[in-house]
Amino acid sequence: MVIPTRFLFFVNGLIMRIGVIAIQGNVSEHVDALTRALAERGEYADIVTIKHSGIVPTCDAVVLPGGESTTLGRLMVREGIADEIKEAAGRSVPILGTCAGLILLAREGDMQVKKTQQHLLSLMDTKVNRNAFGRQRESFEAQLEVKVLDSSYNAVFIRAPAIVEWGDDVRVLARIGDFVVAAEQGNVLALAFHPELTDDMRLHQYFLDRVFGRQGASCQDYLRLPGCRGNSLDMG
Amino acid sequence: MELEKLRHGTDLIKRGFAKMQKGGVIMDVTNPEQAKIAEEAGAVAVMALQAVPADIRKAGGVARMADPKIIAAIIETVTIPVMAKARIGHFVEAEILQALGVDMVDESEVLTPADNLYHIDKIDFTVPFVCGARNLGEALRRINEGASMIRTKGEAGTGDVSEAVRHMKQIMGEIRELSGKTKEELIMVARNIEAPIELVLETAKMQRLPVVNFAAGGVATPADAALMMRLGADGVFVGSGIFKAENPDRMAVAIVEAVNNFDKPDVLAEISKGIGAGMKGISIDTIPKEATLQTRGW
Repeated sequence: MVIPTRFLFFVNGLIMRIGVIAIQGNVSEHVDALTRALAERGEYADIVTIKHSGIVPTCDAVVLPGGESTTLGRLMVREGIADEIKEAAGRSVPILGTCAGLILLAREGDMQVKKTQQHLLSLMDTKVNRNAFGRQRESFEAQLEVKVLDSSYNAVFIRAPAIVEWGDDVRVLARIGDFVVAAEQGNVLALAFHPELTDDMRLHQYFLDRVFGRQGASCQDYLRLPGCRGNSLDMG
Repeated sequence: MELEKLRHGTDLIKRGFAKMQKGGVIMDVTNPEQAKIAEEAGAVAVMALQAVPADIRKAGGVARMADPKIIAAIIETVTIPVMAKARIGHFVEAEILQALGVDMVDESEVLTPADNLYHIDKIDFTVPFVCGARNLGEALRRINEGASMIRTKGEAGTGDVSEAVRHMKQIMGEIRELSGKTKEELIMVARNIEAPIELVLETAKMQRLPVVNFAAGGVATPADAALMMRLGADGVFVGSGIFKAENPDRMAVAIVEAVNNFDKPDVLAEISKGIGAGMKGISIDTIPKEATLQTRGW
């Protein structure tokens, strides 16, 4: 397919595409939060929700929202999205995982994760506890000190997981006691809590800084990709 | 971090929990083996019960909270959240469920009401509640009492989806009718449907219920589940529909996949092939009005 250079520049040079995995969970909240965060910084990006394979390879950033990790993991494999996310991560596409997303990004899980034969993406050198803080009645809000923010952050933990072991490449961003609840490794950012449930957009902004920071690389990716993002894609 | 600085049971946390269930299927189970099947199939949560609604309906008599031993065994077995039912108004049953570690309490019309005037005051509980509703007024009254999630009542244990359809269309239709109304007109609506003014204003502004809204009561096949999603449900409860089906394992997987592909008829066709017969069920118009469960609660 021949695409006019001008058009190519338009879709790639100016409009970033952020994909939110929409199999289950806090999807619309992430879409709303990204929309608000983009408005705050006066930038535009195309936000798409992803339930099936074929769309992740066209995205410049991917968000794995909160939900039930056991369910999400199963359906991501069934739908063929899991491998696409790993492939995208390999191309340094920024990835944000919240709550269940933090589990899916991990290398290894605790007994709770193992007994369900949970599929993990292994994109971070981390070991996680599925419900580190307990059941729903133990869920909480807390003021959290996050390394990349200049003041404390009201974090919402819902049956939240935590990172309990991590490798040298993992940068710890926030802790509660011995548990790591925010961390990054290269292009991958994992949060045990839900930034999409509050009005404080700072962590979404931190993520978007990375997304817009790699704008140049996106054109290179485009040329290597099969298919064309200008085509009508099934966003279902 | 000092542990006393952690705030538990806030609205944000309770409503947030319900949001995590969106796009998912919550299945009724009566023992750990069924819970395992549900989790394996991809259910987002299970509802722990003594008997599924179809059997409760058949057995008659007074239906109460399940034996805590069954609930504890199910909690022990699965990693996904476990919900359980308390009788309408029976706040002690709800407290017992909270003490057991249940993640959400369903104040349910499927059980025999313990109070014929008042529902449970749900605000002071740490765990969130889901409640049934047939119309917008009922939904907003439950939210005002502290419900963090609403589901249609439908007619549980029948395998007849028509009442769930009626209730979902009723609620969605009433929300649509709020748009374009002035504040004084909305206040009049609040009076007519016996709902708090603030919640009516909030619903009108958001053009949806302020909490997650699931479908329940009579969902028996993948097509039923997809139908409810098409009507605007955030997710689906399946009660007797799975473990009263001919092949529960396959029915469970098929319903989960149907909810993920609810707007794709070609995929639904594949999913629905050869999964065995759905539950036999009973048609709603053969049930005398006084024997319906949906009229419990107000």
